[in-house]
Amino acid sequence: MTDVTTFDLADRTVRELNQALHDATSGAFRVTSPRGAHAVAAGIDAAIDVEIDGSVGYYCAGMHQQGTVRIDGNASTGLAENMMSGTVRITGSATMSAGATGHGGLLVVEGNAGARCGISMKGLDIVVGGDVGHMSAFMAQAGNLVVLGDAADDLGDSIYEAELYVRGSVASLGTDCVEKPVEAEHLATLTDLLERSGLDADPADFRRYGSARRLYNFHVDDIAAELAEGGATGIAAELAEGGATGNGAA
Amino acid sequence: MSDQWHLRESYTFDRNVIAEIQRAANTGIYRIRGWGAKRELPTLDDLVVLGASMSRYPLEGYREACGTDVVIGEGRAAKPVRLDIPVTIAGMSFGSLSAQAKEALGRGANAAGTSTTTGDGGMTPEERGHSRTLVYQYLPSRYGMNPDDLRKADAIEVVVGQGAKPGGGGMLLGQKINERVARMRTLPEGIDQRSACRHPDWTGPDDLEIKIIELREITDWQVPIYVKVGAARPYYDTALAVKAGADAVVVDGMQGGTAATQDVFIEHVGIPTIAAIPEATRALRELGVHRGEVKLIAAGGIRSGADVAKAMALGADAVSIGTAALIAIGDNDPVYDAEYRALGSAAGAWDDFQAGTDPAGITTQDPELASRLDPEIAGRRLANYLQVLTLEAQTIARACGKSHLHNLEPEDLAALTVPAAAMAKVPLAGTSWIPGMEHTAG
Repeated sequence: MTDVTTFDLADRTVRELNQALHDATSGAFRVTSPRGAHAVAAGIDAAIDVEIDGSVGYYCAGMHQQGTVRIDGNASTGLAENMMSGTVRITGSATMSAGATGHGGLLVVEGNAGARCGISMKGLDIVVGGDVGHMSAFMAQAGNLVVLGDAADDLGDSIYEAELYVRGSVASLGTDCVEKPVEAEHLATLTDLLERSGLDADPADFRRYGSARRLYNFHVDDIAAELAEGGATGIAAELAEGGATGNGAA
Repeated sequence: MSDQWHLRESYTFDRNVIAEIQRAANTGIYRIRGWGAKRELPTLDDLVVLGASMSRYPLEGYREACGTDVVIGEGRAAKPVRLDIPVTIAGMSFGSLSAQAKEALGRGANAAGTSTTTGDGGMTPEERGHSRTLVYQYLPSRYGMNPDDLRKADAIEVVVGQGAKPGGGGMLLGQKINERVARMRTLPEGIDQRSACRHPDWTGPDDLEIKIIELREITDWQVPIYVKVGAARPYYDTALAVKAGADAVVVDGMQGGTAATQDVFIEHVGIPTIAAIPEATRALRELGVHRGEVKLIAAGGIRSGADVAKAMALGADAVSIGTAALIAIGDNDPVYDAEYRALGSAAGAWDDFQAGTDPAGITTQDPELASRLDPEIAGRRLANYLQVLTLEAQTIARACGKSHLHNLEPEDLAALTVPAAAMAKVPLAGTSWIPGMEHTAG
């Protein structure tokens, strides 16, 4: 049986804890009395297992690499922000910006996640057992966000290439986010993520959302060039048809 | 006479204004360009230095020492940043600049004993390799952000804003997003990349305080943390950055440059550097950290040793240069004038940094163009320029009887214009009048 090193944050500082976690190359750690402390277990870069008994403050497991962090409680802003690899799991709920900008690994929120879950995510996989708040996956670049519950307003606003899967309702989609068909490859992704997350759901019950890619490039008109060529196209044709569109630059 | 009358231009609608209206009407998109504000603004040229007189002894220019070093982060960081000269190289990304240009900046900074800074696109191995002291920017986009590079940095700069666009995010147009740049930013190739303007996981100074603690925890409290703001409300921003735990505050005035931003942003948002430095200094003084625990780095239109000396006299501990550094390594070189003209510009006017067609090989990702820039030669040019800035600043400081650039003070300055006197809070030359101050200078 693996020895477990216990850190009681009632007696010891977050600095002492994090330094010990940064110095470790293997092993298991148990953190007690976190009492909402910030930056608990931030910056881990080793195949270690950390279990936190209680709720944490901001940026728990920030920039996490390799190891496993499990939080038996709730977390405040920025849980596992910018995580790179490994696994972070929370049994309760996370407030804002869970998994923000994460590049890799798996984040499992068994409860609900608040606003901006997966904002600017860059390859991380997130599975949320409950609901996600508004503006989740805002500007999400890569990775998968799986939501077993509902999504609040403006899901996937200005999304790039991340994939979003929601089992429940979506209050509204953000700019440039559209529903897309679920193909076999997506079912395979869902099956894998649900299995790894340990959350029970049927992949067939999810709907998929992603980028319409209408914001990827500025639309630049060139009336002078059209006139030089003698053809009424572009804005001139749009106006003639009564269907002028925006310039996509907003 | 009648011919002249018929050729009279409107002051309100001059030919530049007319051309811009016509361009906007043709394209339906705002003008995007590089560089900083180009219109006439109050600058440090509107100040003069009061050399020694009966009441102040000068130092011998060639014999007596005049220190130039600056230390950032002493007290909190295990490894403070120690610079030989108070002129740093501002954040400019790989992506906006070629790899050769980034290497040249590193080489020049190394030779002069100062730091370079990454940009909105992460840290490249070449950049780390060529920069002895490298500041890693922590930006809203978090492109390429990772803890391995974070731990390789000599300092971390949390970017809240920049002088060219306080309140705006980064921009890199598709023609500069090649395969490597796209991969570093986790974005598709060829898209017009518009970065976030707000950080994704904190809002406001209370959150920032916790964010800074997290960054210190991840890096084991080894390196200093800067906070960079575009000059808009520098008094409050500086005070809040200090409250949040910054080791240095970088205040970037509206003359500060950019690789690509809307012209309307560059020319109309923010305040000039001359107005920003005294306000930032006031905040540091009131909090008891000026010239002490928290350093002030001023940026935005710094061009000469006179600018360096004046910025420091107004309260800066160091300055940062971007546009001037690019010019030093070869930007707007007259040798490429014919090519600049073929692109509709001219040497001395080129500001299409967004286009990726830079004949000098600096603001481009085109391999052929980038290969024109010899990083070793360009690095030597930058080192020479940094040396001149330092020697000029020392010349001025010695003339004021100062044995270190940090000893320059507002009392060493006078203003040539009423606006400059009001903004810099130094008396109008030949008077004791500081507009807006209850008590005039003695």
